[in-house]
Amino acid sequence: MGGDLFSHPEGAAPRDRAFGVAEITALLRSAVEGAVGQVWIRGEVTGLKRYQSGHWYFTLRDSDAQVRCVMWRTYTQRAGSPPADGTEVYILARPSLWEERGELRLSAVVLLPTAAVGTAEKERERTRLALEQDGLLALDRKRPLPAFPRAVAVITSTDGAVLHDILTVRRRRWPLASVLLIAARVQGNGAVEDIVRALQMVDRLPVDLCIVARGGGSREDLVVFDHERVCRAVAGVGVPVISAVGHETDVSLADLVADRRAPTPSAAAEMAFPDRDHVASGLDHLADRLAQGLRRPTRLAQERLLRSGDRLAAAWSRRIERWQRAVERHAAQLEALSPLRVLERGYTVAQGTDGRVLRRVADLAPAMPFTLRLADGAVAARVDEGRGAR
Amino acid sequence: MTLSDDLRRLEEIVRHLEEDDLDLDRSLALFEEGIRHLRQAREVLGAADARVQEVVAEAGDTIRMVDRDE
Repeated sequence: MGGDLFSHPEGAAPRDRAFGVAEITALLRSAVEGAVGQVWIRGEVTGLKRYQSGHWYFTLRDSDAQVRCVMWRTYTQRAGSPPADGTEVYILARPSLWEERGELRLSAVVLLPTAAVGTAEKERERTRLALEQDGLLALDRKRPLPAFPRAVAVITSTDGAVLHDILTVRRRRWPLASVLLIAARVQGNGAVEDIVRALQMVDRLPVDLCIVARGGGSREDLVVFDHERVCRAVAGVGVPVISAVGHETDVSLADLVADRRAPTPSAAAEMAFPDRDHVASGLDHLADRLAQGLRRPTRLAQERLLRSGDRLAAAWSRRIERWQRAVERHAAQLEALSPLRVLERGYTVAQGTDGRVLRRVADLAPAMPFTLRLADGAVAARVDEGRGAR
Repeated sequence: MTLSDDLRRLEEIVRHLEEDDLDLDRSLALFEEGIRHLRQAREVLGAADARVQEVVAEAGDTIRMVDRDE
């Protein structure tokens, strides 16, 4: 390269190392975009232009500097009405470079008037106090969920995975419950009105439970569920309400008013729908116990019957014993009365050959044979010849 | 009578049969009642899948249900 007449004293020939404009802006763009990422920036809005497409273009400035900003339609929809000239705002934005114009600009996704940030916090606290004073945050207000819901109202937006997630859990666990979907915008403009209208509709439906659900949105969108009208509408629903609108960490005021709070729509569905298989096996268990339950009194009755059989036998044997004792007693009496006992005492009985007891002298004739019965036996005897009655 | 009611009564009956000293007539009556609740509960559990519908608000404050795919 050296020796060229046109060589630049401060470096190589420009022909060799010049960038194209597009090349350099692309390079600068990636440098700018990689510099800070997405950050909060505070400044004053000026010259805001709102295009038919829905995009906003404006300049953000402070006393020392200014920068061009753009906010695409997707985000302006959620930002409400455009701020007036001179409004101090926070924007959440990512710096970029607009290559067509070679312009540095901030691409904003959230725009909040700084005054509103403080106001929003104050408003939330005011709402919380109002709800608390009316007893709407009281724990004893919480109603138990129905054990076996027959119909469930689901309030959510129809785009997104929320409804799908809830229906998947329902199909797996408790397809016996019907689902009535009430479509509502759950973030951005019109969300408060939609949700309030949907909540008020629930009592006109044949449902025994209500789920209000929202997919993972940004934290700022939670403001809808801090709104007093939404909270009061949740409290006004005639059936228990499960809210699944917040994040794991952020709790909305509507969450506090609802009967149950779920971290995700799927978790809300798990709370709402019992497991059919689990209930069925519980029922089988009850059926077993029922059968067993009847076996028990049957067995008891049988045992009782056996016992009463025993008692009968016992009664019989007691009676028999009594009879036996009576017999023995009678026998003893009989024995005492027996003439033989008299003989024991040295008496004898004379009997004729016909067995007749000879009681008087006249009963005896001379030479008449007779029997003498003594205590231990009998002997034959005869009356003397010459001796008749005396 | 709801499934909750059937299950609650069934549990009551089973406990009654298990714990109380009942005569055979009373036990049989309870058993038969228990079987009735058991049958009702099984019918509920065996029912066909319920529908998913979308509630559509219409003019004049009326609402309409439209079947929806899951």
